[in-house]
Amino acid sequence: MALTGIQIFKLLPKTNCKECGVPTCLAFAMNLASGKAELDSCPYVSDEAREKLAEASAPPIRPVKIGKGVRAATTGGETVQYRHEKTFYNPVLLGAMLGSDIAEADLETKLKTWNALQFERVGLNLRPELIALKDVNGDKDAFAQVAKKIAGTSEFNLILMTENTEVMKAGIEACGFKRPLMYAATAENIDAYAALAKENNLPVTVKADSVEGLIPLSEKLSEMGLKDIVIDSGSREIKQSHQDQVTIRRAALKDGNRALGFPTITFPCEMSSNLDMETLIASTFVAKYGGIVVLSDFAGESLFPLLLERLNIFTDPQRPMTVTEGIYEINNPDENSPVMVTTNFALTYFIVSGEIEGSRIPSWLLIKDSEGLSVMTAWAAGKFAGDDVGMFVKKSGIKDKVKQQELIIPGYAAAIAGDVEEELPGWTITVGPREAAHIPGFLKAK
Amino acid sequence: MMKYEPPLEKISVNIRETVVGHGEKALKIGGENTLPFHFFEGSLPNPPGLALEILDTEPENWAPSVLEPFEDVVSDPVKWAKKCVEVFGAEMLCLRLLSADPMGKNGSAEEAAEITKIVADAVDVPLIVWGTDMEEKDAQVLTQVARACSGKNLLLAPLVKGNYEEIAKAAMEHGHAIVAQASMDANLTKELNIALCKFFPPEKIVIDPTASALGYGLEYTFSIIEEIKQFGLADKDKMMQMPILCDFGGDCWRTKEAKENREQGILWEAITGITFILAGANLLILRHPEALKLIKEMVV
Ligand code: SF4
Repeated sequence: MALTGIQIFKLLPKTNCKECGVPTCLAFAMNLASGKAELDSCPYVSDEAREKLAEASAPPIRPVKIGKGVRAATTGGETVQYRHEKTFYNPVLLGAMLGSDIAEADLETKLKTWNALQFERVGLNLRPELIALKDVNGDKDAFAQVAKKIAGTSEFNLILMTENTEVMKAGIEACGFKRPLMYAATAENIDAYAALAKENNLPVTVKADSVEGLIPLSEKLSEMGLKDIVIDSGSREIKQSHQDQVTIRRAALKDGNRALGFPTITFPCEMSSNLDMETLIASTFVAKYGGIVVLSDFAGESLFPLLLERLNIFTDPQRPMTVTEGIYEINNPDENSPVMVTTNFALTYFIVSGEIEGSRIPSWLLIKDSEGLSVMTAWAAGKFAGDDVGMFVKKSGIKDKVKQQELIIPGYAAAIAGDVEEELPGWTITVGPREAAHIPGFLKAK
Repeated sequence: MMKYEPPLEKISVNIRETVVGHGEKALKIGGENTLPFHFFEGSLPNPPGLALEILDTEPENWAPSVLEPFEDVVSDPVKWAKKCVEVFGAEMLCLRLLSADPMGKNGSAEEAAEITKIVADAVDVPLIVWGTDMEEKDAQVLTQVARACSGKNLLLAPLVKGNYEEIAKAAMEHGHAIVAQASMDANLTKELNIALCKFFPPEKIVIDPTASALGYGLEYTFSIIEEIKQFGLADKDKMMQMPILCDFGGDCWRTKEAKENREQGILWEAITGITFILAGANLLILRHPEALKLIKEMVV
């Protein structure tokens, strides 16, 4: 729970020495509380006060780093229940499960197939992060061997799934350098697992058979100084599991329950026997509070929509997604193809380019930076003004690519036509449709 | 150690319950006093309504994988409607009056009303009737439909700021429910509802915040629904307590991701739908019967 200015003031030296740059300790405390100052600016805070303040200002849900390398990622660290209240920060991590008895050739094929599952979108590379390696027979050598192969030959990071300490040890030995997530410490093995996690500085999951059951386990780990904890409330039934996700998030954020202030791990792979249903279950955890989601397999047609859902849900609502300003070629345009211009709001771009693509008519689409606003708002806010648009078209270099000189502007920006024309002597400015859905008809009628 | 009590939020107000259709197969939507799937802290008397859409005109440019289930019936809206009910188990239908689209065939309001009546008489499940999304034309079309199907308690859509008065009056006179549409803006939604409630019964209004498909603006729809539900339930704002409808099947199947891969398309639509249900949607209009099946399995 964040402290108030007065609470912070009580922890300060109260000497008003001004070294922090403000006249009084109280003023400094107020600034700290509102995030306008850093504690380090006061050279005189005691260690005890420092610790208390750090604890109080720690995020209500601990961000936990998993893995190493290009797919290393953080889960947790969330501060709100609903994304419109602020934003969600750390996208749900996606994993798929493998059994430790997998044949070497099969493993190679899997890794190859899974590694190829990467998708480009608005300049981002979307891909899953994790492989959950499950000990299926207690054979620690087999477990270690597979772990080693995954860690050594793929970009994936690992979840080591076994409740057998010996097997876990062997797994850590094989792939500890990749900072795998240990799964899972239970009431039975918690001492040994805590020791292993501490010794190897690894994130560790605690698993219980209810939310309540998690509390003594995570408290025990915290008391031993472990911080990077992931929690599994044990439910493998969608309704109960959804309830657990909601109440855990709420307990951490609203009640300041530190014992539940950790990212969760969920297992759609154990909640349905077909991949479609499993994918839908996974989609509920992407939207509602899963920290890590483990599937039984990665397949393109189910993984890609999940990756996009995750991208959508974890987009900062305050900062719209944009595409880069420039010339976009659609359906292989030539010097006679129509030229259209619109804003750089990613959605506008996707919808407009999608419609043009669907029309099969080769076209040039110019994207003008409008600070990520849609046409109507950009126009109203003066971010898609006639002279700007004209200037942009001039500088874009489209003139060298086409013979004709006609520019199609969005219907919602019809009012700028005159100003664009002034800026682009010799060009005809045509007002296109307002709705993207009418673009194909418009282009075909030309 | 302190005993753990799961933090529950009891809400003292309900989302309004709206009835669509008449007779035995009439469906109720809404009525909950908690968030979706929060059975542990409130009651959700009605599962989300799931409608399959049909067109009054043979579809153009539909992706083959979404056309395929209907291939034998698309030329006849009655057969199409029956197949959706009898074969695909649809409990509600949405008839889109594409024939009246001024950008297309531009058929008359009377013709559209006539087709609607024929379809409405042929099936006993509740019917959403979707106009042309052109304000002026819809004022004509939907008032005609209201008259032609008097007493059937259709759900007429969409009513917008520029045409709500005429359509709502006809709906009231002939006993229909309506969809109030305001694009992605909670304030505009509220304004329109306030204007409607001056003369129209609030329990016959369904909110359409306008929905966008996965990858094409899903997050905006998701958050606007969550916001509206927070206003309605947590802040007890009566003008935000109407059930919410999401219409996105068409948008899903227009994406290249759905067009290029049938399985992906089905999941595209199903995931979009589930995400909106999780945000708080009470009624979905779907296009692919397989998406309907998957969502049904999840929510029932
Ligand atoms: S530097 Fe520290 S002790 Fe000095 S006035 Fe600022 S807060 Fe107070």
